[in-house]
Amino acid sequence: MELYLYIALFAPLVGSLFSALFTATPKASITGYVASGLLFTSFVSSAILLSYVTGGHTVHVEMMTWMATGDLYIPFGFVVDQVSVVMMMVVTIVSTVVHVYSIGYMDHDKGFNRFFAWLSAFVFSMMILVMSDNFAGLFIGWEGVGLCSWGLIGFWYHKESATWAANEAFIMNRIADLGMLIGIFLLYWNVGSLQYDVVFSEIGNLPLNIVTWIGIFLFIGAMGKSAQFPLHTWLADAMEGPTPVSALIHAATMVTAGVYLVIRAHPIYDLIPDVGYFIASLGAFVAMFAGTMALVNRDMKRIIAYSTLSQLGYMFVAAGLGAYWVALFHLMAHAFFKALLFLGAGNVMHAMSDELDPVKMGGLHKVMKGTAVLMILASVALAGIWPFAGFFSKDKILEVAFSSEHYILWGTLWITAGLTAFYSFRLIMLAFFGEARYKNFGFHPHEAYRFMLIAMSPLAVLALIAGWFENDFIRLVTTLLPGFHFHTHHVELILIAVTSLMALGGIATAIIMYRNGPLSRKWEERFCYKVLINQYYIPKFYEEVFSKPYKELSRLAWKEIDVKIVDATVDMIANTIYKTGESTRDIQNGNLSSMLRWMVIGLVVLMALAVAFTIGYNAVNA
Amino acid sequence: MEITLTHYLVLSSVLFAIGLIGVMRRKNLLMLFFATEILLNATNIAFAAISHYIGDLSGQMFAFFIIAIAASEVAIGLGLLIVWYKRTGKIDLDQMNSMRG
Repeated sequence: MELYLYIALFAPLVGSLFSALFTATPKASITGYVASGLLFTSFVSSAILLSYVTGGHTVHVEMMTWMATGDLYIPFGFVVDQVSVVMMMVVTIVSTVVHVYSIGYMDHDKGFNRFFAWLSAFVFSMMILVMSDNFAGLFIGWEGVGLCSWGLIGFWYHKESATWAANEAFIMNRIADLGMLIGIFLLYWNVGSLQYDVVFSEIGNLPLNIVTWIGIFLFIGAMGKSAQFPLHTWLADAMEGPTPVSALIHAATMVTAGVYLVIRAHPIYDLIPDVGYFIASLGAFVAMFAGTMALVNRDMKRIIAYSTLSQLGYMFVAAGLGAYWVALFHLMAHAFFKALLFLGAGNVMHAMSDELDPVKMGGLHKVMKGTAVLMILASVALAGIWPFAGFFSKDKILEVAFSSEHYILWGTLWITAGLTAFYSFRLIMLAFFGEARYKNFGFHPHEAYRFMLIAMSPLAVLALIAGWFENDFIRLVTTLLPGFHFHTHHVELILIAVTSLMALGGIATAIIMYRNGPLSRKWEERFCYKVLINQYYIPKFYEEVFSKPYKELSRLAWKEIDVKIVDATVDMIANTIYKTGESTRDIQNGNLSSMLRWMVIGLVVLMALAVAFTIGYNAVNA
Repeated sequence: MEITLTHYLVLSSVLFAIGLIGVMRRKNLLMLFFATEILLNATNIAFAAISHYIGDLSGQMFAFFIIAIAASEVAIGLGLLIVWYKRTGKIDLDQMNSMRG
């Protein structure tokens, strides 16, 4: 089984390195095929590992020693257990689909080879993140996915906005990663090891306040990666990257790393329910907050990005309330239908020559039947309609909130479920139905390549059926994760009905409101519309409160401190030496007689000093 | 009047001063050698006198060393001087400035 573990882990790296060989050459289709093929190999290995793990075994290997100095010992160790194998499956399925899809999507792009090098490198980092058996390895993967995300958001680096968004994402994540590093340091300091098994068996012996701090700092890291408030602004801007990247990184895998961290570190969070409650509250807040921003946005990918944020909020509610397997379940289901939704959006974008405003589309279902069907399917799953995957996972989260008697959280999530359904179908209605407005703007949409649609179909199937395996899933992951005890059997059906009604209501409202195309302009005058379209003015707030003062501070440090103090000091030293040399070079006139005179002067000075010091010394000691 | 250590030291200092002035003022290379000899012998006198005064022979030993080294120095110096004189016909210090910086 170790062999399969290594294949699953290193096949993406091989694909990445292979593609990297061609980065300086024109498009070579072989990079796409090789990278996709290796990803598929990785997927098959993960599937074999899954069947092995289902039998109740786990695989744990220590590949090599990484650091060993004094008491510090950190190996490159990998573990395939019930949690990581689920993540491996999600990552490899979605990335295989995205790789194959990208062959078509990036077909006319000059950076075709470079794209696959980055994309496979991302998958490799993600695999390290989920498979590592210690926090140090997790951190390596964590930084690796951050780096690849930077490279892929800024993939079209000639675009100013893309490089800006890439840097924003990178810097926001650095801020959060500092928190995470502090958490890891605290762990090492107090436990003396970073291995999961050691840490989780020792953590109960630590004082509670230290565990609380560890939990808080680790969660700060998770907040950055999973774009939770107040570090959420980068995710919407990250939509500057190519759409397959958004599907893979900013919907299905990387942004869920924060949820994975909380799930993985559940023995820590089990001890500190207060922090867990904070995580859940923040999650519920973000779910609603992001959902409202998605209501009015006029950028297709941003709508989906806000929806991702909102769903991550759901996952954190479940994880924070101790229902780790529910969080993981929603993570998995969400990965499938959200990636599908993004890839569909990619098709639409291609058809519309990179136009993203759904108001300028309309009636596309006539020309893009396949994409329309897939996107509606994904939206239904996202809205949480039976029997799609989203129904099972989202409903479980609401049930968790209700069962643990956090009715406010439940109410927030319940309303958000309606919002989710509404904005998903607003997008569908605007883009695919109604009058064909794109004709007024001179677009000639066309359906994507057939193989791209076929590549998307596995995700569509999974978005449909993933929820049906709930019981198998529970049996698998609860061998490692604690189960969650529901006290809601008596109201279960009522809850399901209420939630489903909310989702159906949202869908119905969207269909009725947008059946005749976009709403009138009058809406855009309203105060609440302006607040929402400007993302609650938070980016502006950050700009004014952090960016501008920081820029001013940097300017001061440059113009005033660096130029006038530091540079001036260095220049002064250099100038002094230079001038001294200039003025004293006359001494070296080559005349023996004058040299002798200088020698005598030196002698006299030395003797005078010797006498003076002797007198001074005697005077002090007398 | 008895001759004391002070007299020797005064003599030594006077000779040293004469030697220093010679080193500073003389432009003739030969005279420069004379001046250095005076400097060296001024120290020799001081060494011998102090050595006698404190009853330790090492000072006088030093004087012998200095005499020996001064002799070899003069031998080399005079050799160089003769070569220089044969080349240029002069032994004026101001002319020797090929090491000018």
